[in-house]
Amino acid sequence: MHNPLRSESDAFRWFVVILAGAASVGLLTALFRPLVGLIWAGVMIGIGIGMAYRSARGGLPTQVAVTRGGDGKHRLLVVANETVEGAALLDEIRDRCRDRRSEILVITPALPTSRASHWASDTDEATELARQRMELSLLAIRDLGLKAKGEIGDSDPNVAIEDALRVFAADEIVISTHPPQRSRWLERGVVDRAREQIDLPITHVVVDLSAEPAVR
Amino acid sequence: MESATVALGQAHEEHHGPPEANQSSRIDRQTLGILLFIVSEVMLFGAFFASYFFLRVVVDPPTWPPHPYELPVSVALINTCILVSSSFTIHYALESIRRGNRTGLKLGLVLTWLLGATFLFIQINEYVHLGFSARDLGFGSIFYSLTGLHGAHVFVGLVLLSFATIRAFRGHFGSEEKDHLGVEVPGIYWHFVDVMWIVVFLTVYVL
Repeated sequence: MHNPLRSESDAFRWFVVILAGAASVGLLTALFRPLVGLIWAGVMIGIGIGMAYRSARGGLPTQVAVTRGGDGKHRLLVVANETVEGAALLDEIRDRCRDRRSEILVITPALPTSRASHWASDTDEATELARQRMELSLLAIRDLGLKAKGEIGDSDPNVAIEDALRVFAADEIVISTHPPQRSRWLERGVVDRAREQIDLPITHVVVDLSAEPAVR
Repeated sequence: MESATVALGQAHEEHHGPPEANQSSRIDRQTLGILLFIVSEVMLFGAFFASYFFLRVVVDPPTWPPHPYELPVSVALINTCILVSSSFTIHYALESIRRGNRTGLKLGLVLTWLLGATFLFIQINEYVHLGFSARDLGFGSIFYSLTGLHGAHVFVGLVLLSFATIRAFRGHFGSEEKDHLGVEVPGIYWHFVDVMWIVVFLTVYVL
């Protein structure tokens, strides 16, 4: 979900839409009676709220362009937030990179701490928390004898993956989530959407942090 | 990729200030500030509209406007056209500076300012000739409150536009997004003022 009013151009677009709506209300009032105009205004406001909500939710899934490396290195894109230190995820990374010249990019989406902070684009706290988790995860991957770099991604994991693929020529993607009964990412269909959008092997790792000891 | 990047070993470099904004959620502080301000303004106008509809629907006088008062709808319609035009001129100013056309920026800003000032002048002139005051019934109170509140916003908009226009003539602003926030932010505010007038006009003069 994103703010549908981010610039003067957006504001002008809304202005033109409202102007057109107001003109139709004025016309109906002049032709019939104020009540007709008022009812039409109510309908228009309802449509406007619907449009704003739809616009805020973003577009339908699109195909994500994938960059290819082609230098013989196996590139692994890991997407995880709270589960980024999970043992199951680290095992998966180790298995995927065993006996291969590998390059790992860990993307940790900066999940907003509340809906209000998301709407206000107040991502400072979320970014800092994501950074802390990512640093611990990079240390854990180093302990496996692998090299990795990390980045803070968008609060929407699918957008974060799309952003990452523009600069990182991944050969495969590992998405780590909580178990289905606890995972908001699964509830929002993050893994399914990624599989629909991206033409790369995607592995879904379930990390149950309550069932496994902390890595560090 | 503009998001914060941390490579192993560089993670604990000294960093001053808040962390980098997350890339896809990025919105500059000035724009966010004006948007939050506009949200609060919508609530303020909402209170006045609630009072207006309370008087009109709940109190329900036999006629609206109450006899013998009349509103100069045609003058208000002309004024509406003037203010609506100013949204197009401010948009022209911004589109011009986005393309690096400084003359268009100056022309757009000056036209917007003149249209806004004309609107305010006509509204004050309307007040003088209306034949009723804010002390005449609830109708007079709410009419002057709503239109006056909007007029005050136009005045604030004109002050903001004055700063932007003076800066434009002094050679400020550039085509990069970060270089014309001084016009972008008043531009958003001006569109808001125009939208509010459309609602005020429809509510008070048309419906």
